[in-house]
Amino acid sequence: METKISVSLSDFRTETRAWLETNCPESMRQPVKDPFDLFWGGRNAKFNSEDQRLWFERMLEKKWVVPYWETKYGGGGLTSDENNILTQEMTRLGCRKPLYSFGISMLGPALLNFASEDQKLHYLPQIVEGKIWWCQGYSEPNAGSDLASLQTKAVDMGDHYEITGSKVWTSYADKSDWIFCLVRTDFKATKHNGISFILIDMASKGVTTRPIKLISGKSPFCETFFDSVKVPKENLIGNLNEGWTIAKYLLTHERQMIGGIGETDVKKEVHTTALEKLSLNSSGAISDGVLRNQISDFEMDEEIFDLTIQRVTDEAKTGNNSGALSSFFKFYGTELNIARHELLMAIGGSEALFWGENEKKDGDLARKFCRSKGNSIEGGTSEIQLNIISKLILGLPTK
Amino acid sequence: MALIITEEQKMLKDSATELLSAKAPISQMRELRDSQYTPFDKELWEEMIAMGWTALTVPERYNGLDFGFVGLGQILEETGRNLSKSPLISSILLGASALRLSDNEALKVKLFPGIMEGTSQLTLAIQEGKHHQTSVFNTQAILKGDKYVINGSKTMVIDGTTANLLIVVCLVDENYSLFIVDAKSSGIIVSKKILMDSGSYADIIFKNVEVSVENQLNIKFEGRLFLDQLMTISYSGISAELLGICKQAFDITIQYLKERQQFGVIIGTYQALQHRAVILFSEIELCKSIVLKALQAIDENDTSALKYAHLAKAKLCKTAKLVTNEAIQLHGGIGVTDDADIGFYLKRARVAQQLFGDYNYHLDQLAKIKGY
Repeated sequence: METKISVSLSDFRTETRAWLETNCPESMRQPVKDPFDLFWGGRNAKFNSEDQRLWFERMLEKKWVVPYWETKYGGGGLTSDENNILTQEMTRLGCRKPLYSFGISMLGPALLNFASEDQKLHYLPQIVEGKIWWCQGYSEPNAGSDLASLQTKAVDMGDHYEITGSKVWTSYADKSDWIFCLVRTDFKATKHNGISFILIDMASKGVTTRPIKLISGKSPFCETFFDSVKVPKENLIGNLNEGWTIAKYLLTHERQMIGGIGETDVKKEVHTTALEKLSLNSSGAISDGVLRNQISDFEMDEEIFDLTIQRVTDEAKTGNNSGALSSFFKFYGTELNIARHELLMAIGGSEALFWGENEKKDGDLARKFCRSKGNSIEGGTSEIQLNIISKLILGLPTK
Repeated sequence: MALIITEEQKMLKDSATELLSAKAPISQMRELRDSQYTPFDKELWEEMIAMGWTALTVPERYNGLDFGFVGLGQILEETGRNLSKSPLISSILLGASALRLSDNEALKVKLFPGIMEGTSQLTLAIQEGKHHQTSVFNTQAILKGDKYVINGSKTMVIDGTTANLLIVVCLVDENYSLFIVDAKSSGIIVSKKILMDSGSYADIIFKNVEVSVENQLNIKFEGRLFLDQLMTISYSGISAELLGICKQAFDITIQYLKERQQFGVIIGTYQALQHRAVILFSEIELCKSIVLKALQAIDENDTSALKYAHLAKAKLCKTAKLVTNEAIQLHGGIGVTDDADIGFYLKRARVAQQLFGDYNYHLDQLAKIKGY
């Protein structure tokens, strides 16, 4: 039996490899330098190139935009083994994701777990087809680390909800079509028990956005304001006042994403950059011995962190898994990414300080360095992750 | 291959936990120390032999169990947890592995039975200076007739005072070679040294020590390759022990944070201490992955096994230092008293960190392997 399964998986690998080699255009196998090298979909979707269009359409036809969702929701219905093989083969060839979407990585998993069947059949295929560009409305000006104290309110008006309040750190809200949002539906209940999860069309009357300029000079986030926005009741996901359960589930998911789990982009090794940019001694070693040690220490942790993702994934398959481990991955993964950028700046020296005047083209290294400082804050700060691990894994008491 | 241990390996680990926590807990280690630094308890060693641990990595061809190094690693992790003293590292991790790698068939047939039964106890004499390295050796073996004559000196020989057979790393012309030498041979001077882990080590001087050509472990097997493969096993095995040390020092400390009260509250409620504890937890999570990967790489003849072994020893040295230091600090005053067990973890960790190369050595090797 086991041989039979592995034989068919090996066939699947061979076929997958051949299909990808034939169908993935050469330009879609190049490393992604900027998130907008990828296709984001949406109502105003535009392809950057003919190859990008071809790649998306071929993958859509093959049902591999979201290969692991059930076919009735527009997925490819692949088993987890098959999906792993597809991911491995895409990584091997350097294939880009055909569609970059918070709908796939964030909203989809929430819908699959908490939405009604009608809602799943309505929203999931649209996500797969890239018709809607989704953004997330969680944090508020006064609800950051203490997310559950959020105040954006949804008032029951009989046939609809009326939503008033503001959200912050909404990724690309100025470009998004819809937002999945946490709102307060019960002001009398304790703070975790009065929250609901709702979907809002950004084209609704009363929704406005304002980009937030970061220290990197770029604006990947916005503030989003809701002024008496009418939202149909059927847009509520899950039970009324039980949105915190969905929020926690999604935060776990988000942490894994930020921590780097499931990432297919192959990162260039830091020492490769160092060898290109630094002076070497007669035996070919980096002359700056201190920097050489720092690089070696960093690459040690980076390689072992990747092995840890593998180990915990393998343990999860045997049923040994703690959800709180996602906090560990988020904490450690983001700290590593920050350390990586510190090293790249040290290797670059004064060259790495170049900022320039065009934020789209100039100063890539320095801007990415600045952007990385947000990694240990977004999706729950490192300190919040340490609190979670302390309580849920170590079982240390709280006051 | 999945990065998890199999059911059989888990059973072996559980049986080790059972035996060591019952027969060789840290209190036994304390008793041995307080009885003139007795190297190990002979009854415990007999039990380990009866459990088959000495046959674990011996090939079936020589009536061994051929269970693999992941298995041996599980046991070493548990000896690390309990700080159990025995010749497992010297005679099995080092000695039996050197014999396993050897291409001297006659020597294997002759020596494996005694190692498995415990009638022979091996150890490895490799280090010469203050720090471990594997390229420059001054101990020489010169062929004279049908004998080699060894001159030189070795240090940090684990259980060097109780082992009856020494495996000596020598230079033969320009190449490396390993010899099995009877510890009682004339010309050998053994000086006992007790280190901070209360273990018995030896400095050994070899003065015109004669050894038969039949005792050369590598006949056609290239010496450099032999050493690299033996070191791969050594680094990974010591890393497994260090993992057990880290895990137990951490567990003891967390337990203390949950019990100790000051200012009328349990000190584990303080965020300043919680966050420090979680940092330790996170580093140990990484350690678990690399130790298992390094052990699996040996069993699978992975061509990157040496790299994983360097990664394991580098990471475990760094983490063991962090965890044992923090363990003492988080215990407060009681942590620096001899009454508390936690100090034993600090002291064993420091020795295990030096054995077969510290963090600096392995980090440097990793950079060299990657070409920078």
